[in-house]
Amino acid sequence: MRLEPKPAPSKLALLLYPAGAVAVTLVITSLLVLAAGASPLSVFALVWKGAAGSQFALMETLTRATPLIFTGLAVAVAFRAKLWNIGAEAQLYIGAVVTVVLGTGTLALHSGLLLPLIAVSAMAAGALLLLGPALLKTSFGVDEVVTTLLLNFIVLLFVSMLLEGPLKDPTGLGWPQSQKVIAEAQLPRIIQGRRLHYGFVLALVSAVVVWVIMKRTALGYEMRAVGHNPEAARFAGIPVNTVLMKTALLSGGLAALAGFSEVAGLKGNLTRDLSPGFGYTGIVVAMLAMLNPLGVVVSAIFVAGIFVGADAMSRAAGVPSYIANVMTATALLTMVAAILLSRYRVRWR
Amino acid sequence: MDQAVDILFTASFWVAAIRIASPLIFATMGELICERAGVLNLGIEGIMTVGAFAGWFTVYSGGDLWAGVLVAALAGAAFGLLHGFLTVPLGLSQHVVGIGVTLLATSLTYFTYRLVLPEVTSPPKIEPFQPLPIPGLSQIPIVGEALFAQTPLTYLAFVTVALVAWVLYRTPAGLALRAAGENPSAVEAQGISVTAVRMTAVCAGSALMAIGGAFLTMSAFNSFFFETVNGRGWICIALVVFGSWRPGKALVGAILFAAFDAYQIRLQQISGGVVPYQMFLMLPYVLSILALVLVARRATYPKALMIPYQKGER
Amino acid sequence: MSSAARRVGALMSSTAGSTPPGQPPLAIGHPPLEGEGSRAPVLRLTDITKRFGPLVANDQISFELARGETVALLGENGAGKTTLMNILFGHYVADEGTVEAFGRPLPPGDPRAALDAGIGMVHQHFTLADNMTVLENITLGTQSLRSLRSDRRAARERIRALSSDFGLAVEPDATVASLSVGERQRVEILKALYRDAKILILDEPTAVLTPAETDALFRTLKTLAANGLSIIFISHKLAEVLAVSDRVVVLRGGRVAGERRTAEISRGELAALMVGYDLAPSPVKAIRTGPPALILENVAVRPRSGMGFADLSLTLRSGEITGLAGVSGNGQAALAALIAGMERPTAGDIVVRSERIRDWGPRRALGAGVGRIPEDRHAVGTIGDMSVTENVIAERYRSGRFSRHGFMRWGAARDFAEEIIRDYDVKCPSPEARIRLLSGGNMQKLILGRALDGEPAIILANQPTRGLDVGAVAYVHGRLVAARDRGAAVLLISEDLDEIQTLADRIVVMSKGRLSAPSARGERTVAQLGELMAGHGLEAA
Repeated sequence: MRLEPKPAPSKLALLLYPAGAVAVTLVITSLLVLAAGASPLSVFALVWKGAAGSQFALMETLTRATPLIFTGLAVAVAFRAKLWNIGAEAQLYIGAVVTVVLGTGTLALHSGLLLPLIAVSAMAAGALLLLGPALLKTSFGVDEVVTTLLLNFIVLLFVSMLLEGPLKDPTGLGWPQSQKVIAEAQLPRIIQGRRLHYGFVLALVSAVVVWVIMKRTALGYEMRAVGHNPEAARFAGIPVNTVLMKTALLSGGLAALAGFSEVAGLKGNLTRDLSPGFGYTGIVVAMLAMLNPLGVVVSAIFVAGIFVGADAMSRAAGVPSYIANVMTATALLTMVAAILLSRYRVRWR
Repeated sequence: MDQAVDILFTASFWVAAIRIASPLIFATMGELICERAGVLNLGIEGIMTVGAFAGWFTVYSGGDLWAGVLVAALAGAAFGLLHGFLTVPLGLSQHVVGIGVTLLATSLTYFTYRLVLPEVTSPPKIEPFQPLPIPGLSQIPIVGEALFAQTPLTYLAFVTVALVAWVLYRTPAGLALRAAGENPSAVEAQGISVTAVRMTAVCAGSALMAIGGAFLTMSAFNSFFFETVNGRGWICIALVVFGSWRPGKALVGAILFAAFDAYQIRLQQISGGVVPYQMFLMLPYVLSILALVLVARRATYPKALMIPYQKGER
Repeated sequence: MSSAARRVGALMSSTAGSTPPGQPPLAIGHPPLEGEGSRAPVLRLTDITKRFGPLVANDQISFELARGETVALLGENGAGKTTLMNILFGHYVADEGTVEAFGRPLPPGDPRAALDAGIGMVHQHFTLADNMTVLENITLGTQSLRSLRSDRRAARERIRALSSDFGLAVEPDATVASLSVGERQRVEILKALYRDAKILILDEPTAVLTPAETDALFRTLKTLAANGLSIIFISHKLAEVLAVSDRVVVLRGGRVAGERRTAEISRGELAALMVGYDLAPSPVKAIRTGPPALILENVAVRPRSGMGFADLSLTLRSGEITGLAGVSGNGQAALAALIAGMERPTAGDIVVRSERIRDWGPRRALGAGVGRIPEDRHAVGTIGDMSVTENVIAERYRSGRFSRHGFMRWGAARDFAEEIIRDYDVKCPSPEARIRLLSGGNMQKLILGRALDGEPAIILANQPTRGLDVGAVAYVHGRLVAARDRGAAVLLISEDLDEIQTLADRIVVMSKGRLSAPSARGERTVAQLGELMAGHGLEAA
């Protein structure tokens, strides 16, 4: 079989193929649900209800979407320049560490000053964390996939060390957790009594900013050029390595904001299980959005809905909540295949 | 200080090193086959997880140990087929697909685990492979004990290296595989389907990765738990680079790495908790990165690695 | 209508026996080819048609090949020669038509079947795995993949025997990476012979060879034909076709434009059939050579791959086209990379209009007024998945016209793209179209527009017409000449000696990283240039 490019994919095809990907994903998950002895329809209904069936559910979904928007943006930005940042998980944790270090009373400032300061510091830390692998890539040719992946494990152990050492909460009954951040370092809730916090608004603003960067600025243009063809970009005089460094800084910073927002907005403190793989799920989010920053918001809410809904469904229907992970991973693979098939025609000879 | 040096001369240290190396050897050989054919398989971490579960579960449900190994290999090959289909004929990004396969394989494993064992809180145990000392050879001090008093699966790991080296360098199929990773048009010009060669390599390689995972639950330990694989797959990717895509060198790399890992565990015990244990646990990952930095500059990648091939293309 | 196109038209109408465009060209006057009894065709192509989207690459092509016969397939770039051979060899599937080998139909789209039928192909770009030995490359695929061992000793002896029988000297256990281009080609031929090929196809085999190596190849081909092999020799070079073939099939625009016995046709007639090359050189204007625009002083370049050079000096003068001739792989790529800013000199100086430039790089080169036309349009010249607009501004997006305070001015960029599209006669659906979808000629026109729009004082044109059709070639040549006439210093790097002789005011030959002394237009004969290309007479520069 061979692939031949379609000269101009129609608008309809661009919609139909992703829809097909969703359908395939639903079929595969249905099979798993059947294997678990439940009815797919009732399970999907339960997932929907758990994700969007009430104001509470919706708020939970948006709350869960917040870190995913940040990590999704981080991945979208990096992948656009073909910088394979698989280390958003580590950058998230570094952002969280900085938030805890600066937010537990080290600095006593007004929250209007303290929060931006912490956010910027967290971003700087995450940015620097990704700068390492980016430098290793440009100066030694070390594949950044492996280095960022390995850094995830290193950083998680580092966090664990901090939580059992210098950052350990003395009143935590021996649990490896940090102290709570002070009131001035907390992001306020959007609606009283609900968990949705202003981190979500920050995420939306970030998405718009990233969209403007990608579409309207010279940097965005450079990043896309480098991503599509670094050799041609260099020939045209685009400073490829500098662009990769800037991409790394932006991507790492965005991922770190996820950690900042989770600690300052939701959890209040740092634990080892702060992120149930938000960094990895960010890859799914970004790919489902076809790396479009505004699309990331939509796909993050979609993915978060699946996770939140699956949690609720799992309690009610007895299907393991890991079905959500299976579903998103399947969606990732079917979606990349769908995007390809919308652009190419498969010839079987 | 003496204590730290003494470790190196104890048999138990080398026994542990070889045991730790075994799963890495399997998975590294698997990744090496894929990459020599031109396909970077980042599904390795998930495929090892699948293998760890499939092997263990076969035995847990009453199967024979070797049946477990076989089931693990087949499960791995199945995910290899998925990875291969998406990256070889469809030519999708090997990075994205690899991560996707890892996420899918891992989550499917966890889903299945929770499905078949909804209640358990502590992971159930199986009767794993037992050491099978080879008469005579295992009596040699230190070296004999380390190499010849291991479980059959470890012996298989070493046999695998020899087998992979022999296939790659001594058979027509190995020749085609290496050529597919270097210049696929050379393969097609000689009437061999690049797609078939690469697909076969990815499936076979994935089967080996899965056996590596199975080693963890069937020989090194005796139960399956989440995070069983814990980044070993990513380390194997570094080991392939470190080994310059050669089976022998990769074997040396895996043993060196495992020896270091075994050493840090013992060092941790004698350090008396002065240094946080996490520092020791970090070392293998840090070491992998350092190894990459060390060799990356003069590494000669298979030229067609990560480059999809379309028929008639030159 | 460009001047070249007019010449083309004149030639076509003056050619006796050629068919007017639009009618299927029937095989023209060669009944003697039939009925030669024992010389039954070993290969027969019937009405082969292949379309790529709207482009008809092969249009009802038919011809035959007899045992022991050497047929030249002559045609311009883009005439459909390579497509036809790829169909024959099973890389492509024809939309219509059949291929018969030794009287049996060849299943389409199956290289294996072609190989099994005794067809061997020497591709234009070698299909060798560099990190493997000659023996490994030759035996690849000759044994069942399920076989558990390979008999190297027997293979080695067989290769040695074939080498000595046909004058194809090469060491079986050498790594391909260590071989010269000529040796690699011998390995390719050995690959086919090792498989007992009865039909050997060579696609532009001399493009990478020195004249001496070419002669050796021709001797080998004669021996092979004497031994009963049938040979298809694909080329666009008339002299070679006349030297090596028994019969010539001329392709033009995807059709058979004519078929002749080599003994019965003159060079002029062939050129007329093929159209385009070796026509009278364009009238040379009296050129006004100006001051040096770019001087390379004792520069050295050590590229990561390929041949570099040391202690090389070259001066490009305003109002002059300097042609750099040479067989590819002799350091031209490194020299082009240096001038384009892609390589930095490890020694020596770059002087632009009497100013020594430090910190050399792509952006510096652009700033110094170097307009660059790269060798590889797809990999280096353009970013395939970006739009026409995004591609044409790639070298100047930082100027105030296209961005301000880091923000892009896409309106201005689009206007500029439309300007280039109009001024350079680019056919494309819109400035938003992905550049990947453009034809090679239109892509090259865009690159030309991007490089020449700012009227650069220095122009680097590296293989600017490779793979283009006749019309686009004429267009590119016209633009380069126009740039020279307005006073630009042009460096034309080409493997095509005809192109160099047609365009260049001054010719320099590069061999093994060294430059010959320059010669004026027409000062040296082809033979003399060939000697230089082979590296003779290039003393320490």
